[in-house]
Amino acid sequence: MNPQMRRRMASTALIIGFFVAWEVLCLMFGIKEIVLPRPSQILTTLWERLPGIMPHAVQTLYTTLVGFALGIVFGVLLGTFIGSSRLAYDVAYPLLVGFSSIPKVAVVPIFVLWFGAGTVPAVLTAMILCIFPIVVNVATGLATTEPELEDVMRALKASRLDILLNVGLPRAMPYFFASLKVAVTQAFVGTVIAETVASNRGVGNLMMIASSNFDVPLVFAGLLVLAVLGVVLYVIFSFIEVRVTGWALRKDEFAMA
Amino acid sequence: MLLPTPTSEIDSENANEPFVKLEKVTLTYGLGDRAVRALEETNLSIQKGDFIALVGPSGCGKSTILKLVTGLLRATNGWVFVAGREVGAEPVRVGMAFQNPTLLPWLKLRENVMLPLKIVPPFREQYRRKRRTEFTDRIETLLAQVGLKGFSDKYPWQLSGGMLQRASLCRALVHEPQLLMLDEPFGALDQFTREELWAIMQELWLTHRPTVLLVTHDLKEAAYLANRICVMQARPGRIIDETVVPFARPRSVEMSYHGDFVDLTHRLRALIVGARADKETVQ
Repeated sequence: MNPQMRRRMASTALIIGFFVAWEVLCLMFGIKEIVLPRPSQILTTLWERLPGIMPHAVQTLYTTLVGFALGIVFGVLLGTFIGSSRLAYDVAYPLLVGFSSIPKVAVVPIFVLWFGAGTVPAVLTAMILCIFPIVVNVATGLATTEPELEDVMRALKASRLDILLNVGLPRAMPYFFASLKVAVTQAFVGTVIAETVASNRGVGNLMMIASSNFDVPLVFAGLLVLAVLGVVLYVIFSFIEVRVTGWALRKDEFAMA
Repeated sequence: MLLPTPTSEIDSENANEPFVKLEKVTLTYGLGDRAVRALEETNLSIQKGDFIALVGPSGCGKSTILKLVTGLLRATNGWVFVAGREVGAEPVRVGMAFQNPTLLPWLKLRENVMLPLKIVPPFREQYRRKRRTEFTDRIETLLAQVGLKGFSDKYPWQLSGGMLQRASLCRALVHEPQLLMLDEPFGALDQFTREELWAIMQELWLTHRPTVLLVTHDLKEAAYLANRICVMQARPGRIIDETVVPFARPRSVEMSYHGDFVDLTHRLRALIVGARADKETVQ
């Protein structure tokens, strides 16, 4: 068995072991399902009530992806702007840090006031939660571009746009993709916050209603759905990251492609 | 055509004017107490198609002169003219090779060498339209010429330092520059690779006749390649001697072991040692 296989086996065994331990401990100490349901109960609930959960999961995924896409568009634009101008950097950075320090729960009611309850506030909350890591990383990637690489372009009398497109942005790509993995999970958090506060659809809303009915297994089923969606999107973006920015990792798989 | 194009105007009007001209150029890095004067009232003229080498102790402002002529740095005082215009405005194709290979790590070797063709007119327009296969062929030929045949699909991190430096030289030459700036491009190579690249460089210069400004620490390299050698002194940097290299071309490495050649490098060495000693007594 090669070391990589062994590592994979060990990590899989530990993850499964965690859920087994959870199951066993709940049984051993007789913990009621209203306090902490066992993994088997959560899975059963999920399976039995899947037709009911499904539309909510789809709604949450849709909202998150729209918010995430908007976050990428505005995040890259803003990050490029901040990263390529000293003045923009000095002005926008404190504003950005201040804005990102505001608890987003506090912002949702404002969105509801402006746009009414429903999908729009959820999309916007997802966007503002995921935009911060994207902006910061794109800006950092641009700002840390080696001056020597820019000199190569400047000696060719390249315009600022040429330098940005041929050196700045490609150089910032590893930073950008690293931020996407964080941002996509943040987008989920944003969506669920907004759904919990002001929506009648989505996993967040489902969990709200379930907990007010003391239907704890359903709450946990909702959490499980969110966790799985989050992991799946994380994996997808990790995969794209290796494909696109393998040069930074010096992966041989990248060189073969 | 009634009005001449800007390029032809430059050629005809300034037929006797030097292609590159530094006039009383001073350059200071930093401000106030921290200010370091890198270059002191320097004058230098280079005729079109000439090959000039700049030698001198480290920190004497050799690289600074290159950066001034390419417009990467602005002179604190004085003027830098290229093709009769102040630097920056001139329609001249410039190629530059640096001490480090400075290849873009996300591009394959071929794409790295292609970069100037994507940026510099008139290739820029052709690149956008159709000529990519033609460009690719040209790059393959150029890479083969410096001994990199078959490596164009590799990424920079898959190659050795010497190979990267060769590729960087290709990138400086691919757009047929009228002005070629070489900042110790052979410095990090082993002796035999270096000599091989000198020969390639000489051949390229003899066929295309770009105006070349070479910065180097290697006196043999300067005497082998250049028509004229400028010796610089450090702190403040200035040119203290200009020597015309009389040897016929094409020159060979074998020549560098004969009397006249040895005498020349010996004399240059004495000048540079003097420039260093001078610096030490001043400080």
